[in-house]
Amino acid sequence: MPALFRRVAEKDRKTIHLFVDGHEIEAREGDTLLVALLTRTDRLRHNEFDASPRAGFCLMGACQDCWVWTEAGEQLRACSTTAQSGMRITTTEVPWLINR
Amino acid sequence: MVDQPVIVIGAGPAGTRAAQRLVQAGLRPVVIDENDRQGGQIYRRQPENFRRPAEKLYGTEAAKATALHTDFETLRPHIDYRPGTTVWGVSETGLMTVRASTVDVVPFSRVIIAAGATDRIMPVPGWTTPGTYSLGAAQIALKAQACAIGGRPVFMGTGPLLYLVAWQYLRAGATPAAVLDTSSLTTRLRGLRGMASRARVVANGVRYMADLARAGVKLHAGITPLAIESSNSHVSAVTWRDTKGALRQVACDAVGMGYGLRSETQLADLLKCEFMFDPCFQQWRPHVDRNGRTTRPDVYLAGDGALLRGADAAEAAGQLAACAVLHDTGHTIDQHETAGLHETLAVMNRFGRGLAQAFPWPAHLAASLPDDTVVCRCENITAGEIRRAAGELDAPEMNRAKALTRPGMGRCQGRMCGLAAAEILAAAREVPVREVGRLRTAAPIKPLPLNCTVKS
Ligand code: FES
Repeated sequence: MPALFRRVAEKDRKTIHLFVDGHEIEAREGDTLLVALLTRTDRLRHNEFDASPRAGFCLMGACQDCWVWTEAGEQLRACSTTAQSGMRITTTEVPWLINR
Repeated sequence: MVDQPVIVIGAGPAGTRAAQRLVQAGLRPVVIDENDRQGGQIYRRQPENFRRPAEKLYGTEAAKATALHTDFETLRPHIDYRPGTTVWGVSETGLMTVRASTVDVVPFSRVIIAAGATDRIMPVPGWTTPGTYSLGAAQIALKAQACAIGGRPVFMGTGPLLYLVAWQYLRAGATPAAVLDTSSLTTRLRGLRGMASRARVVANGVRYMADLARAGVKLHAGITPLAIESSNSHVSAVTWRDTKGALRQVACDAVGMGYGLRSETQLADLLKCEFMFDPCFQQWRPHVDRNGRTTRPDVYLAGDGALLRGADAAEAAGQLAACAVLHDTGHTIDQHETAGLHETLAVMNRFGRGLAQAFPWPAHLAASLPDDTVVCRCENITAGEIRRAAGELDAPEMNRAKALTRPGMGRCQGRMCGLAAAEILAAAREVPVREVGRLRTAAPIKPLPLNCTVKS
């Protein structure tokens, strides 16, 4: 999958590692989750109604089209959450947590 | 209630200057900021470990941005600053906030809302394709994260931000494939008279266009957007119709789109402030007097969340709203201060109206959107479904249409689709857009985490 975003500056920041859908990925300290993901891939999630791929839209916490989840079931807006080393993220809501 | 604090919501140019003025008068306001760092959207700060200088981030506005940031740092010991905190509702005792997953109620004696604005969006077939962002988003990616939304983006829409963002991408090495503006050159000339009140700002805009043209970026005026094309669920081109009616296409790997701004007015609505239809900006907004007073005695508004006049006006309006609060609570305010601010704002008003005339909201596009165009991106409600609400189901206004076919029901609460949906409804019923009203706000105005705990 090609990456959607490209880094144009600030490339020499410290590397951090997090887990997305069980796979370890590399990001830079200070990245939002959205940037950590979209500099590697071309989607963040799938729409709940037609399963179409989505990759955020407003980047300012308004559209809610960038939701991802922690493995513990906490929903996060990827555009306004800073990626932290060791975070465990899923891009689909963990099924056993949906009907709590 | 005497001891309850004054709350300022938002820490952009308006919120910061409001807080500053309150502190000058000896108050200790609570400043609630949804962002993790002060600055708002326009003067949004990069994370602390980023190194680019202010000139790189804010261009011609670097000095203003730096002043706003350093002034805020000076304020910090004198205010109760709550970053990363969203006001999501209103209770009898105060404002409901959430930070991470902790809910709190913050009582207040007066509140100044400086909630800012988001991009005003006109949907186009294909706009939910990954790689499509709002103009504001394209700018935030660059400014706050040093990322481009693509290597060869198209910027489409209208307004000064269109050229500023395209220019910023050019400078960052992601040369735009084209800039597509729905406003024609003749329309832009018509707005020029009002805009002449701020020659420096116009000159900057002209410079952005000239730099883009010199770099070989095609600037098309008076276009009609037709579609964002995709291959493998990824933006591949934009199709439009030019002024002569010819079909045109440009290949690209990303799109930044926006047609001016829309005010964030949900909190004023929850607080039961009266609204009015603003014919200049063609949208509903809370009623404010020239000092920022609403129809509710304890609620004040400032910045783009009240009137779309940009960052410089927001600074003045923030200070003015704080003066109004102080005056209304028995402080003495020097008339010269408010008179000076009114003068500044009169220029901004003229300029704002000129801009709205030069880069008008292309309401007419709503009527010709194909029925299968997604309008609500939360729930994939199409233009056809809104038209069904207008016709077969006979919904006379937005809230009825929402109840029947769900536009604006999704979790963004119509922030992205609401204004366009209203245009579609109005066009289908052949009435002016003001007659279909506006979506009523419901709390929570932003979705709450599932596992909230109430602060004890
Ligand atoms: S991209 Fe819109 S809320 Fe995150």
